[in-house]
Amino acid sequence: MSVKTADGRVVVRNRRPTSERAKSALWHVSMLAVLAIVLYPLLWVVTASLKGNTDIITDTSLWPETITWEHFANAFDGLAGIPLWRFFWNSTLIAALSVVGVVISCSMTAYALGRLRFPGRTAMLGIVIATLLLPGQVMLIPQYLIFSELEVTNTYVPLVIGKFLALESFFVFLYIQFLRGIPRELDQAAKIDGAGHFRIFFSILLPLLRPAVVTSSIFTFIWSWNDFLGPLIYLYDMEKFPLPRLLQSYSNTEGVTNWGGMMAMTLLSLVPVVLFFLVFQKFLIKGIATSGVKG
Amino acid sequence: MIPWLIGTAVLTIGPMAWSLYLSFTDYHLIRGGDWIGLRNYTAIFDDPMFYRTVRVTLLYVLIAVPVKLVASLLVAMLLSQHRRGMGFYRAAFYMPSLIAMSVGVALIWKALFSNGGVQDSVMSSFGWEGGGFLGNPSVSILMLVLLAVWSFGAPMVIFLAGLMQVPQELYEAADVDGAGKWSKFVRITLPMLSPVIFFNVLMETVGAFQLFGPAYIIGGESGAPAWSTLFYTVRIYTLAFTDFRMGYASAYAWLLVLAVGVVTVIMFRAAKRLVFYAGEDR
Repeated sequence: MSVKTADGRVVVRNRRPTSERAKSALWHVSMLAVLAIVLYPLLWVVTASLKGNTDIITDTSLWPETITWEHFANAFDGLAGIPLWRFFWNSTLIAALSVVGVVISCSMTAYALGRLRFPGRTAMLGIVIATLLLPGQVMLIPQYLIFSELEVTNTYVPLVIGKFLALESFFVFLYIQFLRGIPRELDQAAKIDGAGHFRIFFSILLPLLRPAVVTSSIFTFIWSWNDFLGPLIYLYDMEKFPLPRLLQSYSNTEGVTNWGGMMAMTLLSLVPVVLFFLVFQKFLIKGIATSGVKG
Repeated sequence: MIPWLIGTAVLTIGPMAWSLYLSFTDYHLIRGGDWIGLRNYTAIFDDPMFYRTVRVTLLYVLIAVPVKLVASLLVAMLLSQHRRGMGFYRAAFYMPSLIAMSVGVALIWKALFSNGGVQDSVMSSFGWEGGGFLGNPSVSILMLVLLAVWSFGAPMVIFLAGLMQVPQELYEAADVDGAGKWSKFVRITLPMLSPVIFFNVLMETVGAFQLFGPAYIIGGESGAPAWSTLFYTVRIYTLAFTDFRMGYASAYAWLLVLAVGVVTVIMFRAAKRLVFYAGEDR
């Protein structure tokens, strides 16, 4: 095809103009450069866990000279006679309980705050937003004293109870944002047909909230999987430890001498999060964009 | 709704009031304690550790937050050009932010930044003689700054969503007027994006004040080496759960609440003047 340029010359273009292609190439090169830096630590740990113990730290290359599976065997042995799968199970249990708690309690709280009219609603909404910004450390000590008074320390109760009581303000907020996108006429129609609040919520709104349910579940799972402070404060028995707490103990005892075992264990602990991400990345990115931009 | 009320009362508002009360006592987990008025607060201002930990935390907030946000905005603007593979890059850049605050990544960081490690050997070839950041108190905080920058994906995704909502007509109109790239960025992109910028600045700043996990793993309770990674929250944790000085630790925690509160109020005030809201969307 031929195009008349601004200065009146006629040029023949049968492909994209070279300047455009150069720009595109430059774009891809810069993106790949950022990508290489971003992914380097993760690729490094993959190969580090396959290298011999002597050159793990000092070897910058991503290609191991000799491959050994010994570190993974070490990692699966766990710590102090407790096998690694046990810690995986603990982490999974805590994360699963957290997900159930968040989905049930935060969605219902959001329904009450976002849809119903009652005195004090605005003040409560204010509290939800304020707790988003409030440093959690200030509540840590009294919460610890409450839980030890109730004799539930060294159990998973302190780690998950907040999730069942809708204290994860971020998710309450997320559900409110999604509820705003659902036309009010739907629940009004149901009300006229004689449905109560529970009926309206479970039969009409919850199915429509599915994207929010998925997003909040994935985030809860990942955050709970990564949580370290809670288990550090509340759990003493090693057989109850979730993975982050195990990694910390391991790095204090074995890790000093056995970098390979520790890197292998670290890698294994990150795999579930990365897999989760790969499967659900569309939901995650949409969720975080929604809660951020429309806030 | 009812669970939230119980939860908020028992686990948020109750504890806040209780911790405020504790901050005026010399409560010790084992010995108990009595009302001592403001003496915890006066003791904090005589505590050399307080100034060390404030210095470390402020240094981190002031470096990590701007660097992270500028990086995430730059990459978001590059990504917003609708080229092939954009979704892939966006996902790949976002992924680290999900694991950056985990114990696992903190351990990887320790390995990468120890003496003779990757960072040391790369920088040595450029004449660096400081060894690994991990053992060097004058630069060890950079490990945590780099960890924060590494997780730039989360604000990036939010910037990107904001950039997509800027009406293209504005840029076309500016092109007609012969505006350059820089003036389009300053006159269109920044104002249209300002609500999103405000959100990110606020959330990242508040989050940075509360950094705990990675700092604890990398520096331990003493903020090794030489207190250079002794973050404020690590200090609170050590006072409360290692030394059991819960009254004193509560006073520390309340100063953090005050600091974050003041910063938040200042930001909202500044936002009133600087943030531009288009339409009546809000």
